[in-house]
Amino acid sequence: MDQFTINLLFVGASFALYIGIAIWARAGSTSEFYAAGRGVHPVTNGMATAADWMSAASFISMAGLIAFTGYDNSSFLMGWTGGYVLLALLLAPYLRKFGKFTVSEFIGDRFYSPTARLVAVVCLIVASTTYVIGQMTGVGVAFGRFLEVDNTTGLLIGAVIVFAYAVFGGMKGVTYTQVAQYCVLILAYTIPAIFISLQLTGNPIPALGLFGDHAASGEPLLAKLDAIVKELGFNEYTAHHADTLNMVLFTLSLMIGTAGLPHVIMRFFTVPKVADARWSAGWALVFIALLYLTAPAVGAMARLNITEMMWPNGGIDGGAVTVQQIENDQRYAWMATWEKTGLLGWEDKNGDGAIQYYNDQSADLQAIAAEKGWTGNELTNFNRDILVLANPEIANLPGWVIGLVAAGGLAAALSTAAGLLLAISSAVSHDLIKGSLNPNISEKGELMSARVAMAVAICVATYLGLNPPGFAAQTVALAFGLAAASIFPALMMGIFSTKINNTGAVAGMLAGLTVTLVYIFLHKGWFFVPDTNSFTDAEPLLGTVKSTSFGAIGAMINFAVAYLVAGMTKETPEEIKALVESVRIPRGAGTAQDH
Amino acid sequence: MADHNTPQASDGAYWAANLRIIFISLVIWALVSFGFGILLRPALSGIAVGGTDLGFWFAQQGSILVFLVLIFNYAWRMNKLDREYGVDEE
Repeated sequence: MDQFTINLLFVGASFALYIGIAIWARAGSTSEFYAAGRGVHPVTNGMATAADWMSAASFISMAGLIAFTGYDNSSFLMGWTGGYVLLALLLAPYLRKFGKFTVSEFIGDRFYSPTARLVAVVCLIVASTTYVIGQMTGVGVAFGRFLEVDNTTGLLIGAVIVFAYAVFGGMKGVTYTQVAQYCVLILAYTIPAIFISLQLTGNPIPALGLFGDHAASGEPLLAKLDAIVKELGFNEYTAHHADTLNMVLFTLSLMIGTAGLPHVIMRFFTVPKVADARWSAGWALVFIALLYLTAPAVGAMARLNITEMMWPNGGIDGGAVTVQQIENDQRYAWMATWEKTGLLGWEDKNGDGAIQYYNDQSADLQAIAAEKGWTGNELTNFNRDILVLANPEIANLPGWVIGLVAAGGLAAALSTAAGLLLAISSAVSHDLIKGSLNPNISEKGELMSARVAMAVAICVATYLGLNPPGFAAQTVALAFGLAAASIFPALMMGIFSTKINNTGAVAGMLAGLTVTLVYIFLHKGWFFVPDTNSFTDAEPLLGTVKSTSFGAIGAMINFAVAYLVAGMTKETPEEIKALVESVRIPRGAGTAQDH
Repeated sequence: MADHNTPQASDGAYWAANLRIIFISLVIWALVSFGFGILLRPALSGIAVGGTDLGFWFAQQGSILVFLVLIFNYAWRMNKLDREYGVDEE
């Protein structure tokens, strides 16, 4: 069987599974559509949350981000997991107790302010829409690479699948497909990692292999990697080169942003009890940690593998890989495969018949290059996404593993897309239509409008996925910045302080939001229009604080302004104080429904 | 009705106990990530772990494992506290 057929089988089987779940889990009421009837088991919800949260970026890009930078990108690992501590301790149980359907509804009720609710809805929709564009393009790309259809067709197939289970099943359909998608993606991620860890270190658990010994040389794996990349003029893998202040703020921004992302928070509305919401956050992190503990191992091992392949005879003195080897040796066949996708490229610049891969910006290596007659790094294009996508081929793993990786990448992108679309559609139907435009809408009418909103959201996301705005790559900072600077502080103050009143909350959210947006626009261009930026992240406005790290400062501004303004304006009414008191105590949470 | 030996949630003791657990948990949360993983890494550089130092381990693995312990510990303690104060569900 050829690779294409195997890939098709794996992807086809996983899609048949998702469709089957869609038919089984149809939503019959708004409670089922928005919150899966609040009958989801905490472990099941933990698994669904893990799939909801881990996007194409976590699956495809994160290991590469760590592999090329080493220690300095540990921020992603700590930030994207540490947010769950904030979510579990500060938000999830109380919002479950509140027992409504959307994040913005809590903000509107707690701050007795339609304006606050509207600000939250706008933040939610902007953050979720920018986030969903990346998922949709990810679906197209994954299809394009593994199934040889063009990106447009791939994206449309993906959109139809999401449509099938999200429009009919709502949260209920999305929950159970996310569970299936989690299983697919975690197998797809860990199986190649186990093979590679066994090959390199003899340890079947990649997370332990990372700190184990390199089997071929007997040295510790990380010491070996440090030495090999240093010889080629790159930064030592385990050393700290990043600016410390920026690293701390970036990690904190990712943590606060993670805890404030509505599509993640709303998953905790689906469990039966407050106690379940607490457990469920723990289970979510267990399932996330399975991937996040593996990712740094994948990154380090793939970096070592590829670097050794480029210098197969023991470092610079042994000589680089020859063009002839790349073209004829079976072990290098993946290079030709991935060159076609535009993610990898090489060029024998000095015509010596070999491909020298080194850091041509390093002064030490420039000296060596001059001596040996090299004229620049000849591995000219080396996209970081290759590390995960081509890993099975680089390690020479069987064809079915490659098929599994294809299905896994699609599962990661589709599960996150569905969660985001659900957050958008419930904000539209529940907060905008039911909450302000037509409060008397019937249950049936609201369910219908939720489905229509979902269908429209999928169409918009598909359109944006097909015609991604030029700024798509920059919008992750925007989504996290908005969540960190506006949504997280409002929710936290709403639960932990009775003092914050309507004016304080609105002023705080708008202040945090505005300052963060302005800071991002100053560095990335106004509304992401190129060349309208006054600063760059290499030379930021405030010391070393990059625009991607500003969310934490935006959150502080939100807190400070809210307290100041609340202190100067009318006190919170007694009935709202009573609402806060009731949210703090688990007894009396809404009843559950069996599935 | 709760009997006389049961502490009352309404006097604020339940919430104060919750805040205390949250505070201690968040101190540990910050210590393992921002502390051991980043700021205190130079101070821990003498402790070798698998070819590198303890700070690197905390930044790439240790902090995640501690986060897991923190969340499960919080859930367990709070669910117990709910029962002690008679504010659990059912």
